[in-house]
Amino acid sequence: MSRSLFDKVWAAHVIHAREDGTDLLWVDRHFVHEGSHHAFRKLAARGLPVAEPGLTFGVTDHYAPTRGEPASEDIAGMIRTLSTNAQTHGLQHFAMGDPRQGIVHVIGPEQGLTLPGLVIVCGDSHTSTHGAFGAIAFGIGATDVSHVLATQTIWQKRPKSMRITVDGALGAGVTAKDVALAWISRLGTGGAQGHAIEYAGSAIRGLSMEGRLTLCNMSIEGGGRFGMVAPDEVTLNYVKGRPFAPSDTWEKAAAHWLSLQSDDDAAFDREVTLNAADIAPTVTWGTSPDQAGPITGMVPMDAARDALDYMGLEAGKPLDGIAVDQVFIGSCTNARIEDLRAAAAVLRGRTAKVPGLVSPGSAQIKKQAEDEGLDRIFVQAGLEWVASGCSMCVGMNGDIVAPGKRCASTTNRNFKGRQGPGARTHLMSPAMVAAAAVTGALTDVRPLLEGREA
Amino acid sequence: MSGFTDVTGIPARLPLENVDTDQLIPARFMSRPRSEGYGPFLLHDMRETEPAARLPEGAEILIAGRNFGCGSSREAAVYALVDFGIRAVLAPSFGDIFASNAVNNGLLPARMSQDALDLLDGPLRVDLAGAVVHHAGGAEPFEIDPVWQTKLLNGWDDIDLTIQHRDDIAAFKTRHHAAHPWART
Repeated sequence: MSRSLFDKVWAAHVIHAREDGTDLLWVDRHFVHEGSHHAFRKLAARGLPVAEPGLTFGVTDHYAPTRGEPASEDIAGMIRTLSTNAQTHGLQHFAMGDPRQGIVHVIGPEQGLTLPGLVIVCGDSHTSTHGAFGAIAFGIGATDVSHVLATQTIWQKRPKSMRITVDGALGAGVTAKDVALAWISRLGTGGAQGHAIEYAGSAIRGLSMEGRLTLCNMSIEGGGRFGMVAPDEVTLNYVKGRPFAPSDTWEKAAAHWLSLQSDDDAAFDREVTLNAADIAPTVTWGTSPDQAGPITGMVPMDAARDALDYMGLEAGKPLDGIAVDQVFIGSCTNARIEDLRAAAAVLRGRTAKVPGLVSPGSAQIKKQAEDEGLDRIFVQAGLEWVASGCSMCVGMNGDIVAPGKRCASTTNRNFKGRQGPGARTHLMSPAMVAAAAVTGALTDVRPLLEGREA
Repeated sequence: MSGFTDVTGIPARLPLENVDTDQLIPARFMSRPRSEGYGPFLLHDMRETEPAARLPEGAEILIAGRNFGCGSSREAAVYALVDFGIRAVLAPSFGDIFASNAVNNGLLPARMSQDALDLLDGPLRVDLAGAVVHHAGGAEPFEIDPVWQTKLLNGWDDIDLTIQHRDDIAAFKTRHHAAHPWART
């Protein structure tokens, strides 16, 4: 029987298949963060140890301070609790001050912990990011985190399958973020609910690993708990030589990984196709990631009243020209080196009209960007260059947007209050955020890229 | 966890789509210990501007809109509902991770079409074994994955179930790591 990439990886992890259709799956990598404190408490309440400390990794990111010390005792306590739990259970911990620290969905791939064909879980919905390598990676809640800690396994019913095929070439200034916002705006936030997504087509093959990570990251915003891209040479080139990537068994691993492709006649429960050339730089205008459109468009005439009231916008208003108060470049969606380069390409030699924060995805990316001189471009433009963490994407560390303020952001959620109570968020690519910084308004980045190397 | 029994009462209504888990509990409350109770944080910020978000005290059933609980995997969103006293949410669809978290905490995520939800009138009785909601005007069926239905009815705990497969797990690990040595670290 023909099988999809998802089917192949799933089948290789089934320990026990229950008659009711639920499978017990082996988990290859489990990432925990400060928010996992509920799960550790559940484990302690049952007096259970962590079953596989060698496959469990702690990452300080959600509450990580980006400017010096933690903003409150509460936040410091969350960071300490993870350190204590990691120490108690003998987990490797990428803690504050570790040169490998960063956002979990950035450093997993960066360290070579994320590999093709693995099953990866974390108590965070953006775990779908790791699927960019052809892994089955998904977010889970605290009860499931405690289950994985206790057993290194998880019960799952196989989701339905969906393939999103994007063929053709993306235009200049159009990125993986725009592809993501384009399909989500077309299908809606529940569009991929109950489905595992495989992204395919020539435009996807043409994406770098950074681009694929962005695309898979946003799967959950369209309701998809899983997003995957089949491994290819781009994948292997990224993985090779990473600290935790195989070296002695590289040849065998690489051959196996390249075999992880959907069969030609594999059937999907749902097929969606997009033409890359039709996708423009895209921005959200509302309070849900599907409330998005091309920057050349306007707030729809039938836009939800509730979203418009919150965002302080009117139906029919052109998106280009909406004034912003600040910008944010960061998060597990768009804070990798390629993202920072794209933003810097727009900002080079220009001055931002509004303040903003740039938080690299990891300490290592921060260093790399500084070696390339990108930090100076951001600082000279007037933006603040800070340390790595989830920062203003979720505001847990105290980096928030003030009530009523409008932020052009490279993050993943424009929910009400996501960046702080009353904050107004517009999602877009790093280049588009840089363009908003330069002009002080949402604007089409493409004219700003003319004559520049993007 | 004890098994799910029928829930009876006047439902609270939150007829909005895409109520995400950031609305159900804003991130800033998530550092609090559960022992304090998460009920007061339920829909905390939304209550300021949205009258429907001020759920009546004592409500055990919530009728909600499409894609309820989308977004973040925070189980705290379920804790807030459960600690407030909600035992069943009836909605046209749910965020996948939210629904899974709900079942893990004995909260029923029952899927019903908007048309069926609109028919519900007066006090309700949610019968999980029969997958049906009884109301003044009759009875409307709801959808629940049969695996989740069984799990909720029995109050099963996954760790207890999994530990019975201890030997299978150990054997799998040996095989899996022999075939895919890079899966070790």
